[in-house]
Amino acid sequence: METLNYRFEQGRRPLSAEPRIVGVVSSGNLEVLIESTPLGGACEVGIQTAAVGFGPIWQAVITDFQERWQLADTRIAINDMGATPAVVSLRLDQAVESMLGEGK
Amino acid sequence: MNAPIRVWDSLQRNRNDRLARARSVLGGDLAGKALPAARIADLLHAVLENGDRVCIEGNNQKQADFLAQALAALDPQRVHDLHMLQSVLALPEHLDVFERRVASKLDFSFSGPQAGRVAKLAAAGKLNIGAIHTYLELFSRYFIDLPPRVALVAAEAADRHGNLYTGPNTEDTPPIVEATAFKNGIVIVQVNRIVDELPRIDVPGDWVDFVVQSPTPYYIEPLFTRDPAQISEIQVLMAMMAIKGIYAEYQVQRLNHGIGFDTAAIELLLPTYGASLGLRGKIATNWALNPHPALIPAIEAGFVESIHSFGSELGMENYIRARPDVFAVGPDGSMRSNRAYCQAAGHYACDMFIGSTLQIDLAGNSSTATLGRISGFGGAPNMGADARGRRHASPAWLKAGEQARQGSGSIPRGQKLVVQMVETFREHMQPAFVERLDAWELGEQAKMAIPPVMIYGDDVTHILTEEGIANLLLCRSAEEREQAIRGVAGYTPVGLQRDRRMVENLRDRGIITRAEDLGIDKRHATRDLLAAKNMKDLVRASGGLYDPPKRFRNW
Amino acid sequence: MSSYLEANARERLALFDSFEEFIGPAQRVVSPHLAQLNAPVSFDDGVVVGRAKLGGLTVFAAAQEGGFMGGAVGEVHGAKLVGLLRRALHERPAAVLLLLETGGVRLHEANAGLIAVSEVMRAVLDVRAAGIPVVALIGGSNGAFGGMGIVARCANSLVISEEGRLAMSGPEVIETANGVEEFDSRDRALVWRTTGGKHRYLLGDVQRIVEDSIPAFRQAAQDAIADARGGTVELTLAALEAEQAMLEQRIERFGALRDPSDIWSALGIAAPQDIPMLDVDSFTAAAAPHRLGA
Repeated sequence: METLNYRFEQGRRPLSAEPRIVGVVSSGNLEVLIESTPLGGACEVGIQTAAVGFGPIWQAVITDFQERWQLADTRIAINDMGATPAVVSLRLDQAVESMLGEGK
Repeated sequence: MNAPIRVWDSLQRNRNDRLARARSVLGGDLAGKALPAARIADLLHAVLENGDRVCIEGNNQKQADFLAQALAALDPQRVHDLHMLQSVLALPEHLDVFERRVASKLDFSFSGPQAGRVAKLAAAGKLNIGAIHTYLELFSRYFIDLPPRVALVAAEAADRHGNLYTGPNTEDTPPIVEATAFKNGIVIVQVNRIVDELPRIDVPGDWVDFVVQSPTPYYIEPLFTRDPAQISEIQVLMAMMAIKGIYAEYQVQRLNHGIGFDTAAIELLLPTYGASLGLRGKIATNWALNPHPALIPAIEAGFVESIHSFGSELGMENYIRARPDVFAVGPDGSMRSNRAYCQAAGHYACDMFIGSTLQIDLAGNSSTATLGRISGFGGAPNMGADARGRRHASPAWLKAGEQARQGSGSIPRGQKLVVQMVETFREHMQPAFVERLDAWELGEQAKMAIPPVMIYGDDVTHILTEEGIANLLLCRSAEEREQAIRGVAGYTPVGLQRDRRMVENLRDRGIITRAEDLGIDKRHATRDLLAAKNMKDLVRASGGLYDPPKRFRNW
Repeated sequence: MSSYLEANARERLALFDSFEEFIGPAQRVVSPHLAQLNAPVSFDDGVVVGRAKLGGLTVFAAAQEGGFMGGAVGEVHGAKLVGLLRRALHERPAAVLLLLETGGVRLHEANAGLIAVSEVMRAVLDVRAAGIPVVALIGGSNGAFGGMGIVARCANSLVISEEGRLAMSGPEVIETANGVEEFDSRDRALVWRTTGGKHRYLLGDVQRIVEDSIPAFRQAAQDAIADARGGTVELTLAALEAEQAMLEQRIERFGALRDPSDIWSALGIAAPQDIPMLDVDSFTAAAAPHRLGA
């Protein structure tokens, strides 16, 4: 298992209060827990992944994600079981959209 | 001085010698053209000569398995160094002949499950590969420089005259038998049954020398059946992009789908997503395609006008019989497939090929070659090549050709759409986009003249990933092409090294198109969009006519 | 998204009018064992438990996540189930619904998993003894196997789809222990004939069979609760003795038969070979005159 942590300062978009979770920790998949929490405007992402050695790819995916959404005072926690970047981005967007009340 | 007398009928004489040996050894066991299964080894020892070119039906699906077993069991002291010609090496026996030195040379097209063993035998010097071909190319050489001396084929049934019914799984048999018979070769066929009257005659008895009823029916591989339950959301998204961004954009009516789950997803989205876009009757009407079960809902929804097939597909026989307007059904009511004609159709009569691959490089060269496996590419090089001899126009062909030549000042011509569809990462996080194809190393390892490439970058018109579509037709330089590819290569090392500014520019110019640019909402890309989500749904869609093989059923 | 089979645990909760989760993922009560095994955890340890509204009734519900470790029960997962059942004794909801999808005990957690499952069994029977019906729903791709298969049969009533499966030993386990002639686990049609919803319904091991849709499971759950509330909820000696007699009769009648379709024939079903392809309504009609436990 590998642990990765990212923090982005000066987000612009806070989300609603209730934590949400999307996804399942099954092979090739991940779960994304998203919560509103005071972080001085920052967004923190913590990842526990069964696929070791893909730090640079996670960095790029999470950076692009934050560029898309500019989240503030948000903590995201991920349990990952080898999802590809395509699935990771999909779940992250689904997690935010569930907070915004969109999607299913 | 007398000139040496040239003999002009050596092949006929040799053929007669072989037939005489066979008759002599079989004696009373030979009834007309039929011999009992137990005497097959004697027949083969009698008609084969060392170094013969022997064509055996290892097709993509149909296997002359009884004859393959018999050949592999021959005494290498009596028969050796055969030169095998076959489309596909599918059975272990196809390699056993080399292991046992009954055969030593091979020309073929595809080896799929046996690819590892092919590589090992080649490395050990027991298997000398003449060349890897695409199917139509191999059949063509049967008429020029590789005529089979002996053909070992499979048919459903024979009558007492040796006429053959090859039925839905006719596949490669016609060119093999014709090339052999008309070069005075010997044709031996294994049949499932011998009858008084055939449903129809697919091969005339005049071209057939020996018929043997095999103890069990010949093996057929259900290669083109895909369980919809295994299709992922990402594949649904890519299928939506394909339908809206390419099929609708170019009005693609005539097409071929390569094998795989990516194309199965497209087939299952036609009656739902495709219909919602108003595309019924406008796209995907005429197909060069095996009878894919995944196409059943689209057929039932009225999308499909016609399908010509390379082979049949296990379990589809009754459905095909009930849809003679769509499939290539004969006067007797059963289908006839023909790989050679269908490959020709895919080349000249289709406007688009779309298929998957394992690796793509920065020029768009695409290959499924991997180290330690010599697999060949089957029909893909033919389907995925621009048909430069084509002259008739269609909207898709003209639009593609125009996009490629816009502003170049060259004389107008059309171009076939060749789409490579692939997720940026494969299993085990292997990137599909690479700086250098494994094919280079494999080519060196296997001592090939050139690296084995499935589809050349020059022929690829579009690359479609979950990140978007790269339209290579609109690229005007190698650099643009490279960045267009990097631009859809996502988070692979190749993708991460993109020139961001250039990629943005390519997107502005419509060379790279993202899902959002097509108006596709990724939230709609769910399995709910599939017209059938599992095998039972396919059976129900067919009105109970489709009968899937056991391995696909949980009922 | 209507398919119950394809829905994950949380998506299946759409069968309720509303749902309030206990010990949700944000509390991060995860397995204390998996990290040692270098295996990923799930924030809810693969089960969602809470209080729900169903057609005006307040019920308690648990939904197992088949995607996480095959839905297998570990220490925390089991404790959440037990906790839910014990809380039911205090709050007295109209029913407890168990949306089961599980291979049984989570072997990674060894004794902790075994103990957890046995505690669940005891807790289910305690809830029934308190007059609160327990209804099990089975319709996920993993089915309900192992010790949780036993738990399912401790419920008052079971609802299953034809895609669902219910048994104790898994097909591979039977094949490994007794050989492929005894049971070919790769013969998927045989696996479903033996453990699938239709066979279970014909044998009387489940009371309701529904199509694979969340609304269908919802309606059947409501019907099952209404039926159960109208009768004896606790486990009685008489009921146990009747069940024992039924099982003895079953072995006597069918014990020598080789294939489940032979059992269907013996039950009086005219065309047993057609059973697997029938839709739910046609199947239920065909089964009605013949099924056990009707």
